[in-house]
Amino acid sequence: MCKDCGCSLPRHSHDHSHLHHQELHTNPQLNDKKTLSVIHKILDKNDVEAAHNRAHFEAHNITAFNLMSSPGSGKTTLLEHLKEYTKLNYAVIEGDLETSRDADRLIAKGITAHQIQTGSACHLDAFMVHGALHHLPLEGLDICFVENVGNLVCPASYDVGTHKNIVLLSVPEGDDKIEKYPVMFRRADLVLITKCDLLPYFDFDVEEAKAQLKKLNPDTQILEVSIKQGESMQAVAAWLKTNLRQTTVGEPQ
Amino acid sequence: MHEYSIVSALIEQCEQHARANQATKITRVDIKLGVMSGVEPTLLETAFETFKLDGICREATLCMTLQPLVIKCLDCHQESVLAERSIVCPACNSYRTQVLDGEDMLLMQLEMEQEDER
Repeated sequence: MCKDCGCSLPRHSHDHSHLHHQELHTNPQLNDKKTLSVIHKILDKNDVEAAHNRAHFEAHNITAFNLMSSPGSGKTTLLEHLKEYTKLNYAVIEGDLETSRDADRLIAKGITAHQIQTGSACHLDAFMVHGALHHLPLEGLDICFVENVGNLVCPASYDVGTHKNIVLLSVPEGDDKIEKYPVMFRRADLVLITKCDLLPYFDFDVEEAKAQLKKLNPDTQILEVSIKQGESMQAVAAWLKTNLRQTTVGEPQ
Repeated sequence: MHEYSIVSALIEQCEQHARANQATKITRVDIKLGVMSGVEPTLLETAFETFKLDGICREATLCMTLQPLVIKCLDCHQESVLAERSIVCPACNSYRTQVLDGEDMLLMQLEMEQEDER
């Protein structure tokens, strides 16, 4: 039983044997000081909650994607327009420091969305996403997007319980961002270069961006996207469809 | 600045271990930070020095080991420690590699004083 919300999913019991072992040593030179050897992930508690969130999604046959990028690279705009290109039913958990503007924008387009206001926190963690999950009607959804706080640094360290990471990089930001923020791009399953209709006006070298990404993350796909170019949006929709969790077969009617 | 949230998770873990081992004081906290874990060591240290004052770690020193990226090449089977942030095999330039270390943040060891049992 999930003790925070009373939902019926079990929290994965925390198995202390596999990841961390503990050993107590007494060091005679240190008098009564004891050294305890532990090998323990520092964000372990978050990771347990993230696994719990994933179980929630999977119980409803939902695939969850974590959308990360700098502020203003087009996460909300992408989600606003995606609806026109896919029959998959999706909802959005929005993370921002302040305001519910992003959720309002999506709701205005008929997309189910719930806003998390993080206050001063620069990232979403699994606990915040868990809280939001219980505000979303999960029945009938194929996809849940978690639109993270706009930031190319902090969100990379937190598993929020999604299945795959989508990282956006907009043309005006520059092709050097992959090299500058390697941890984020290393964790990406898909990189979207957004605002590609602006390529003629900026010195953004798509090939250079691809070469940098390959050094960090050779298996990741890059898609060039512009909401003004329908074909590029269809490619995003197609990627989402092929990257749904295996148990979901076929597109809903 | 997610280092503050990471430090609160770390201190919470220290307090749990202290309780489980009837410790009265933690004197040293050893952690290992991967260069690709996404934390900035100096910021983490500042956060630790600030947050430790309230609890059982108040006299603890934080010892950080920075763990570089270690990869194993799936083609030439060479293990390499990398200086740059890339996962390309320096021996044969293959992209087919497996990261063995350098992406995690781990609590490794705690030094504590326990209640006198004599």
